[in-house]
Amino acid sequence: MIRLIPRAQPSKAMIFLSPLLALTLTAVTAFFIFAFILTDIKVSSVFYTLFVEPLIDTYYISELLVKAAPLIMIALGLSIGFRAGVWNIGAEGQYVIGGITGGAVGLYFYNVEGFWLIPLMSLAAILGGMFYAGIAAFLKNKYQVNEILVTLMLTYVAVLFLSAMLQGPMRNPSGFNFPESRPFHDGALLPIIWQGTRLNVGLIIAVILSFVTWLGIKKHLSGLQIKITGSAPRAAKFAGFDDKKTIWFALLISGGVAGLAGLFEVIGPAGQITPGLPQFYGFTAIIVAFMSRLHPIAIIFSALLIALTYIGGENVQIYFNLPSSITNIFQGMLLFYFLACDVLIQYKIVFIKTIRQKL
Amino acid sequence: MSNRRLTSILKFSLLSLMLAFTNSAFADPVKAAFIYIGPTGDHGWTYAHDQGVNHLKDQLGDDVVITRIESVAENSDSERVITSLARKNDIIFTTSFGYMEPTIKVAARYPDVKFEHATGYKRPTDNISTYSARFYEGRHVIGKIAGRMTNTNIIGYIASFPIPEVIRGINSAFLAARSVNPDIQIKIVWVYTWYDPGKEADAARALIAQGADIIMQHTDSTAPMTVAEEEDGVRAFGQASDMSAWGPSAHLTSIINNWGPYYADRVKAVRDGTWTETDTFDGVEEGMVAFAPMENMPDEVMWEAQDTILDLDAGAVHPFTGPINRQDGSVWLAEGETPPMFPDIITMDFYVEGIDSKYPN
Repeated sequence: MIRLIPRAQPSKAMIFLSPLLALTLTAVTAFFIFAFILTDIKVSSVFYTLFVEPLIDTYYISELLVKAAPLIMIALGLSIGFRAGVWNIGAEGQYVIGGITGGAVGLYFYNVEGFWLIPLMSLAAILGGMFYAGIAAFLKNKYQVNEILVTLMLTYVAVLFLSAMLQGPMRNPSGFNFPESRPFHDGALLPIIWQGTRLNVGLIIAVILSFVTWLGIKKHLSGLQIKITGSAPRAAKFAGFDDKKTIWFALLISGGVAGLAGLFEVIGPAGQITPGLPQFYGFTAIIVAFMSRLHPIAIIFSALLIALTYIGGENVQIYFNLPSSITNIFQGMLLFYFLACDVLIQYKIVFIKTIRQKL
Repeated sequence: MSNRRLTSILKFSLLSLMLAFTNSAFADPVKAAFIYIGPTGDHGWTYAHDQGVNHLKDQLGDDVVITRIESVAENSDSERVITSLARKNDIIFTTSFGYMEPTIKVAARYPDVKFEHATGYKRPTDNISTYSARFYEGRHVIGKIAGRMTNTNIIGYIASFPIPEVIRGINSAFLAARSVNPDIQIKIVWVYTWYDPGKEADAARALIAQGADIIMQHTDSTAPMTVAEEEDGVRAFGQASDMSAWGPSAHLTSIINNWGPYYADRVKAVRDGTWTETDTFDGVEEGMVAFAPMENMPDEVMWEAQDTILDLDAGAVHPFTGPINRQDGSVWLAEGETPPMFPDIITMDFYVEGIDSKYPN
């Protein structure tokens, strides 16, 4: 019989090396899969397209950063909640609501330009996302309703709400009834920070937020409070920490940041509100958060890695006519190997013979 | 003098002959890329485009190199896919409405690449063409069949989004059905999706429960056809491609989106250097709207439908020929009048008189 026994002293070196190990294992597994299914294409050129080209071609570098920005933001918010043991699975819904509320402000001031416009839209997006995640916090605190279910179910509601908005009040008045908003004017779009690409200030804000979160967790009492509430709820109670407050805090923060990410998509690369707004960033960010072991700085790197699987996978589809599910396979394998490595760092496998003797 | 002239003429013609030869025999093949909204599958919108691409390949052979990408979501990712393609192709076909803004943005950055956007209406730069088809001509034909085939005098119509394209189809089918059967009524269910077998099947059942014995759909799945097949005495029309396989005893005919000739023409134009920005809205006459074999109907009904197709082919009839009133009773077209393409047909946003559903808004 096989048992997992906690290690007394997990290896420090392995904690740092395990992401690389997981990446290598993913690459090796992928190599064998490709070697099996590809007959007339060189595996090496598929690998080049997947892992190298997006890192050396300036256009794809910019797109990598564009794709990583929302993942960083959402994963940051989620990681705070996950540390506290608050499982916000529905960041996707908060992201959509933020895109709607923030975008609504932009559409309301459609003919107005001003330096205050984007900050006001951002505020609306944050409040929208906070409100939406707040529903789960309220139900959890008041009625002990599981926040995993509430946030997940509300995601479907958000997507339907988006579709209702785009067929009604937010529909482009000169768009022949197609369910899309007007394209935002330049004053309502995020400034581009790399000319000729789609990279906007959203990335800078995402990186700043990472450092702020890192400092907050390290230096501030609320960081400690969250950590203890998550890892030892009873101890937290004895220490006088209010777990209801922690639930509110975790959900409002993650909802607000997800809402802001939704707006940044709408007034960033999308440029308008369309039914295509929900694109699973909210769910993918869960992978990002766990691959970084909930560390705010590491989130930047894991978001980039996931962005690489998106862009590499897309190009493999374009160049070699392989199915788009390649991206999902890679993301799944990455997460699996990361978690497996982590388990083996914390625990050791022990084969227990005594049990067999008893039988 | 004349000798020298003759020599120069000879030289010139030899040179141009060589050039022409080089052009045709050694020119690089045209690189054409196609972006699909869904998987290719075996029926429906994307399948019809893919059939068109196969036709293109058959026509041009080694003169064209084709890239096809399926299931590209209509979100900000599509702009990156279009850009990736623009870097390596001569002409790009974006085959769904939702690619409109991304197509425009990429076209502005790649002026040497040609773009063809299906069902869109914006052509801000001279390297974007738009194309769609007069599908309401197809509705005109199936409307006549429906008017003859119904016993309950009720047509059930599964509609997707209240955009002009769909409204045109409803009006055209209704007018044609009423022209052969004055008692005809049309019941409409809006499903607000292009593809959702569950919703489409529910809509078909609801319409049948309301007495409809003919189902028309402006959605993409075969579910309504399957439902019609299960119900006694209910018949249905397929959409975008031949759906007879899903309703052997229910299928009357399908409107087929025949993009092949257009794709071949446009890629040939790129090869020959004659491509220009244009807006195409072809119909039965040009072959962009076609029909699956007609079945499960009496010969007279089929002959009438075939005659209607021939009339459309000859440009002898227009599905919207006055007198036609709007739903509110106001006059739209006077006796014998046909509407201009713009704005009446392109932006159509009202039901015609006789449809007793409420216009969705």
